[in-house]
Amino acid sequence: MKLSKTLLATSAIGVAAAGLAYAGGHMASGTFTFVSWGGAYQASQTNAYTVPYTENNPDVEIVWDESSNEAVAKLRAMNEAGNLTWDLVDVVAADALRLCDEGLAMEIDPDEMLAPAPDGTPASEDFGDLLVGDCFIPQIVYSTTFGYRTDMVPAGVEPPNDICDVFDLETYPGMRSLESRPINNMEWALMCDGVAKEDIYDVLATEAGQEQALAKLDTIRDSVIWWNAGADTPQLLADGEVFIGSTYNGRLFSAIVEQNQPIGMMWDAQVFDLDGWIIPTGLPEDRLARVMDFVYFATDTQRLADQAAYISYGPARLSSAPLVGTHAELGIEMAPHMPTDPANATNSILYNFEFWADYRDDIDAKFQAWLAQ
Amino acid sequence: MTDTTTSGPMLSADGVPLKTSLARALRRQKLRALILIAPLLAFVVLTFVVPIGSMLFRSVENQIVSGTLPKTIEALETWEGQDGTLPDQEVFQALFFDMFRAAEAKEHTKLGSRLNYERTGFSSVFRTTGRSLDDIGEPFQDWLEDADPAFAEGLTWYEIFSGTGGEDLIEERRAIWANMVGEGFAGDIGFTLSGEMAQLLPQTAAAYSDWAIYTAIVEDDVVAEEDPWEAVYAALALDLARDGAASALAAYSGAGAAPIANALAALPSLPEIDFRAAFIAENDGWGDTGNWQTLKIYSPDYTAGYFLNAIDMEKGLDGATARPESQQIYVKLFIRTMIMSLIITGSCILLGYPVAWLLANLPVRSANVLMILVLLPFWTSLLVRTSAWKVLLQQQGVINDILVWLGFVDDANRLILMNNSTGTIIAMTHILLPFMILPLYSVMKTIPPSYLRAAKSLGATNWTAFWRVYFPQSIPGIGAGSILVFILAIGYYITPEIVGGTDGVFISNRIAHHISSSLNWGLAAALGSILLVLVLALYWLYDRIVGIDNVKLGG
Repeated sequence: MKLSKTLLATSAIGVAAAGLAYAGGHMASGTFTFVSWGGAYQASQTNAYTVPYTENNPDVEIVWDESSNEAVAKLRAMNEAGNLTWDLVDVVAADALRLCDEGLAMEIDPDEMLAPAPDGTPASEDFGDLLVGDCFIPQIVYSTTFGYRTDMVPAGVEPPNDICDVFDLETYPGMRSLESRPINNMEWALMCDGVAKEDIYDVLATEAGQEQALAKLDTIRDSVIWWNAGADTPQLLADGEVFIGSTYNGRLFSAIVEQNQPIGMMWDAQVFDLDGWIIPTGLPEDRLARVMDFVYFATDTQRLADQAAYISYGPARLSSAPLVGTHAELGIEMAPHMPTDPANATNSILYNFEFWADYRDDIDAKFQAWLAQ
Repeated sequence: MTDTTTSGPMLSADGVPLKTSLARALRRQKLRALILIAPLLAFVVLTFVVPIGSMLFRSVENQIVSGTLPKTIEALETWEGQDGTLPDQEVFQALFFDMFRAAEAKEHTKLGSRLNYERTGFSSVFRTTGRSLDDIGEPFQDWLEDADPAFAEGLTWYEIFSGTGGEDLIEERRAIWANMVGEGFAGDIGFTLSGEMAQLLPQTAAAYSDWAIYTAIVEDDVVAEEDPWEAVYAALALDLARDGAASALAAYSGAGAAPIANALAALPSLPEIDFRAAFIAENDGWGDTGNWQTLKIYSPDYTAGYFLNAIDMEKGLDGATARPESQQIYVKLFIRTMIMSLIITGSCILLGYPVAWLLANLPVRSANVLMILVLLPFWTSLLVRTSAWKVLLQQQGVINDILVWLGFVDDANRLILMNNSTGTIIAMTHILLPFMILPLYSVMKTIPPSYLRAAKSLGATNWTAFWRVYFPQSIPGIGAGSILVFILAIGYYITPEIVGGTDGVFISNRIAHHISSSLNWGLAAALGSILLVLVLALYWLYDRIVGIDNVKLGG
């Protein structure tokens, strides 16, 4: 046990030193494949991270593979085939935890591999609790929250501002769109069925609690369109197919602010989740050195704050928050659109990684059987 | 003359027996034919037979359990488990050493994910325990180092266990590593085990060998220079505390005799060895007999568990039982997939038959235009066509708008045409229509129009002429089209995913979910295998009823 830790630490020190002191020394050049989600999110990463990096390192070319959605399955397949073609992969924290469990992601030592904050705070403190698992390098905090059609709010009624309004078909008639998986939906259902926020996961761990949540979802079941892709809800809202629907807050931001759709945000009971990098295991040394160099650069305080100029996701470092400025094209202040903004985060849930790692298979099976009924 | 022809073999012109010469010529021909088809054969084997074979294999394969925890599974064999008692200390002891090895190689969490499919919580049981195994071993390390500081030196250990005669044990441990990690653990490890130690201190020799193999092969370090794992200290404590260990070791005078004697003398201060309590303290999942039952049920190298899951059953200690009704899904989805594929095939026949008839009977010029209209969607991306259907079918979509504008439908009660089975049937019928029209057309093209004319001139009505003369001749086309459409439909995935909602999804959507999202590849493989068998069975049935000779794709 000591051995592997020493080995990890020494290689980390070595790599970090290589990244710092001998930039360009024995680091590979050429084409690197980074994996991300495509769309506006990948564009924000290109603008904030890879464009400045390749300006400083003209011998490096970065190509994107838009496979983050299936990153775990594909990495597993690559590992079985013994043919790793990715250098750096952007995944949500739950997937990072899973890749770490499967030995497909490299363990990291934040203080050795990541830049300290400008005031010298080590990375492990600057990222704090967001360093989920042993392999995950966080970039942003996003949230799954609700958007609603402002022109479909019934006359004389307040716009929805409470998670339980989603379950209130009388006051707010119309279709809803929810993700076709248990995560988040079960929590919201329990919250609106009288379970206190701090008890949600204790209740959800029991068979009775799971049934209770499904029973609550049953009450709106006929009015729900279940989505599989993050782009579905913005489309359904834009076409007036649904009155209210859940999706990632950045998608709603771009529908509201960039496309001027008549959509309002409902931040109540938003579920925070994290997205970040993992480094796949089995990279050759020179490529690993280059990837580490990039990660050191791309996750420093300024870079994370820069990303927020292109998309409304909160930077994962504490020290980045004060540096968040205005939208790169529209020039509006980004802070009020961040899920982490105090005004938006009055009632929020943090994705429970440990719980869902254990219960996802079981509850997912029950949820899907319920859906198919 | 007659004598020579009957007694001797018939000879060809060059004097070789005709039979041999013929066989040679045939062989050469066969070989040439084989070489000609060799690329295709290799392609089919590589891209078709091998993947399907490996998929079938994955649906029963379960070596990960016994590969990761070999000794635990062995020790668990005698445990019955029905009466709610926990396994005894021996099992937990084996678990400690198995887990330690697995945790070093980062294999324990893989097993946790595997078992989590069968029972909730295994994922974190393995993850958290893997982190704290050092703590379980540490008291023994402290105790030994207190008894004699020489135990803190890696070299002391190396000297004690170096020797000859322990090759068998080393090989056994290599095999255990290779079974777990799935790679060769061959090669020199810079250490040979003493046979005497393998006798005197069996547990420690095994644990030390495990560590030595790992250190030399995985870490690429020198065995003599490194400090062993906490597990090795724990093993030595176990060995020393064993009955009769002291008397057996009394005669030992080899390397490290002094520290061993010191440790024996310190035995009274040895911390209590209770792996069971230690494991339960780290994670109470180990105190749950249900978890142990699952581990035992899934301990064989091959399991029917995935297949049982795929038909809504579960494996228990006493055999298979049906899952609670609220968790049944797959049988329902299989049936739904079959029925909806049949409906889609039926609507393709209804819609495709007239079109194919027109194609075959119109003048060439207009038939060509029609043919392009049939083929145009065929050349468009599947995803584009399905998304286009979304625009048409949704409640605020084109079809509903037109119906409301025409006054057929009230604005408040727009039709729900998608996110249900209707959407899947409409979109898939359209997408699969060319697969029905084209074989129908090629068969109809060969039916001479004179037959219909002859029937009519003999007094048949239009309907009789069609039904008694034309239709029977077009059946081979219907057969070919139906097989194509049905088999394509049964494996469809993208269209139901986009327009199917919850009651319009197929079994393939679940398979895709298990491949890319839940990562339960064994279950996905079992579901896929069942689907394959179902298709083959239906094909066989079709052959029995319709006859596969009656299927024509043309001419």
